[in-house]
Amino acid sequence: MNLDETEYLLPGNRTCPGCALSLAYRHILKALEGQAIVTVPASCLTVLHGMYPITSVNIPCVNTPFASTGASATGLVAGLKALGKKGLSVVAIAGDGGTHDIGIQALSGAAERQTDFIYICYDNEGYMNTGNQRSSSTPLGTISGTTPILGKQQNQKDITAIMEAHGIPYVANANAAYPLDLYEKVRKAKAIRGTRFIHVFTPCPPGWDFPFSDSIKIGRLAVETGWVVLYEVENGIFRFTSASESIARKDHLRPVSEYLAEQGRFRNITEEQISRLQDRVNTRWNRYLARADAS
Amino acid sequence: MGTRDCGHISGESSPGIGEAGRTSEWRNVMPVIDMDKCTPTRQNKSTCFLCWLYCPEAVVSKTIPVQINLEYCKGCGICAQVCPVQAINMVAEEKVVLNRTD
Amino acid sequence: MANKKVNKKADIQILDGNQAAAHGAKLSRVQVIAAYPITPQTPVTEKLSEFVEKGELNAEYVAVESEHSALTVCASASMVGARTFTATSSHGLAYMHEMLHWAAGARLPVVLACVNRAIGAPWNILNDQQDSISQRDTGWIQIYARNNQEILDSMIQAYKIAEAVYVPVMVCYDGFVLSHAEMPVETLSQEDVDQFLPPYQPHTILDPANPKNYNLVTLPNPRANSENVLCHGYMELRYLLQETLQNSRETIVKVGQEFGELFGRNYANMLWEDRLDDADIVIVAMGSLASEATVAADMLREEGHKVGVLGLRVFRPFPKSDVVKALKNSRLIVVFDKNISYGSEGATCSEIKSALYGSNVRAVIRNFIVGLGGRDIKARELTDAVNKSLPSLEEGALNNEYPEWICYI
Repeated sequence: MNLDETEYLLPGNRTCPGCALSLAYRHILKALEGQAIVTVPASCLTVLHGMYPITSVNIPCVNTPFASTGASATGLVAGLKALGKKGLSVVAIAGDGGTHDIGIQALSGAAERQTDFIYICYDNEGYMNTGNQRSSSTPLGTISGTTPILGKQQNQKDITAIMEAHGIPYVANANAAYPLDLYEKVRKAKAIRGTRFIHVFTPCPPGWDFPFSDSIKIGRLAVETGWVVLYEVENGIFRFTSASESIARKDHLRPVSEYLAEQGRFRNITEEQISRLQDRVNTRWNRYLARADAS
Repeated sequence: MGTRDCGHISGESSPGIGEAGRTSEWRNVMPVIDMDKCTPTRQNKSTCFLCWLYCPEAVVSKTIPVQINLEYCKGCGICAQVCPVQAINMVAEEKVVLNRTD
Repeated sequence: MANKKVNKKADIQILDGNQAAAHGAKLSRVQVIAAYPITPQTPVTEKLSEFVEKGELNAEYVAVESEHSALTVCASASMVGARTFTATSSHGLAYMHEMLHWAAGARLPVVLACVNRAIGAPWNILNDQQDSISQRDTGWIQIYARNNQEILDSMIQAYKIAEAVYVPVMVCYDGFVLSHAEMPVETLSQEDVDQFLPPYQPHTILDPANPKNYNLVTLPNPRANSENVLCHGYMELRYLLQETLQNSRETIVKVGQEFGELFGRNYANMLWEDRLDDADIVIVAMGSLASEATVAADMLREEGHKVGVLGLRVFRPFPKSDVVKALKNSRLIVVFDKNISYGSEGATCSEIKSALYGSNVRAVIRNFIVGLGGRDIKARELTDAVNKSLPSLEEGALNNEYPEWICYI
């Protein structure tokens, strides 16, 4: 493959072994060719970046408090514009906590103002930086620090759909286990003007309770079961990408239970919950198939 | 012993390798590449390199032969899993003890 | 070396406080504005967007969706190197509280206009100073204006101070009392302000060719960088902020002096002194109340008392030595606070007591809480409070445990 060999991620950082965020970030930075200013809230990414006075990444970065990522990016864009500085992408990178929950207001505001930046949400489906507490992206039935026995009682928020509803020019769903697809999406986003949103599925070995060598395996299983669908919507036109495209042509999804069985976080999940989740995946899959047909 | 020499008035960090120390110390198993099986090495051609693509730590080099930076490899084993010809084995660390003076 | 004012003819307009603040920001050539409307600050946001849309001010106006975002936008834009402005009041200031800490710790020269308003619960949209007083620990320089001219003048000086010492500055003025009251204000010429205020030089670098990562996690102890140079722990970085604030008096006075030389109104002081030379009774007040207090002083002088007024101008850094000097002849100090640190007393009274401890000043100090939630405070009520305090010169403690309130309970 023709990916540039330049690495912006430096070895010896603080992420867990097998961290899918680390893998995703490596390719996001390659796709940007390092020509970006990133802004990052409190999150696992903050930890990846290291501790003062050393950082493990070769990219200019502005850390910002938890709720403020969308606003921080807005400020960077406004500052660059005011000073007439061109040629740099402003990229906000936050976890699901900082995106779906505490940060949703600032993100929504930035999108509504058509702020010219890329927002990447890496989704490990929980507040992992604080040790795995439930977020609004945690799936139904998941055991977490704050749903320790009964498991989460609510479904996940569909953040990509929420961002699509803002009428922004580009939204995409990606997955760290498909780095070339992620790379292409970031490259595509880089060339578009306006607010661009990319949601990246990043399996978390300690949080989801699976061996850290299996991050890619879990990521691929998610796509093969339709749990995660790789797609993009460019100016309202829906398109499957990568493995989801070939799965859509065959219209064969493996049962969701195969995905759930691999992860300790679903150890208490009930048959009824699995059934509900399967229905949800099926309904959404059919909706996407219809959208793809209509495009 | 003062800290003023650094000249910082705010928390300004600069890039550096090994921010978390020698992360090789985290692992129990380490990757060993069988160069007879490794496709780019065997064919002397720039091909495959999936281990390089999928390494979360950027410690695999896209070279012939493929090399892994064992100072910082955390031993996650993803490279071994994704290698399409099973050229990488995760071997128990204690089998390969290097001379250590610390 | 004093510059010469280019425009000799004064351009006097009738402006309310909000318009004065907006003019101050405009003259300072702010480059990024982010603000969220809140009574009584709202007209500032409208005036500035009018300046921008008319093309009179070349700035990026960001209509943010909250005050927390407003200050975040300013902070990040300031990191890039733009001169930034925001304004707020009351709950808006409270909403951006964590960002106030952040901007100061990140050493960003943001300027914020705080239109002082009461905080709920219960709701109140009228004036008191609880909002900005509540933020006094965040590391911002805080300046209070007595009238609309001081608002405009302080805005411009704020940028020069902030950008010299890399500390954010809050210019506070009383909601409705000043913000919505019209007064003659000299709007300075852009050429003259350009002479006074040089462009902003950021200390932050956001350049892929020289990548830096700002405000990452710090550790309690110092840590060496990749070149083995020992760098700060969190505590050292915070020490530097306090050190700068302690030393900023010099810059504040110097900027005030330069302003005076160019524009004719001298701000080479940390506080306003009215008839303190021969006064043994001193009224202490801050903001518009310091003006009202001079009327009270007039009335008390007619009654035969030697009364002066100490008008606090710079609240942070608190000018302890200036206060001790100003109060050296005092035997009775009556401090009026439009705020209260619940469970204790008025904030300015605590500061005055802290400044005087260990000095030769041995005065009776009395604290009165006044004007909360826009409760009108007339000069007669100030004089009554002083008269009520006079007997304590003969009997009664130097220092009471809790303040008195001028209200209807």
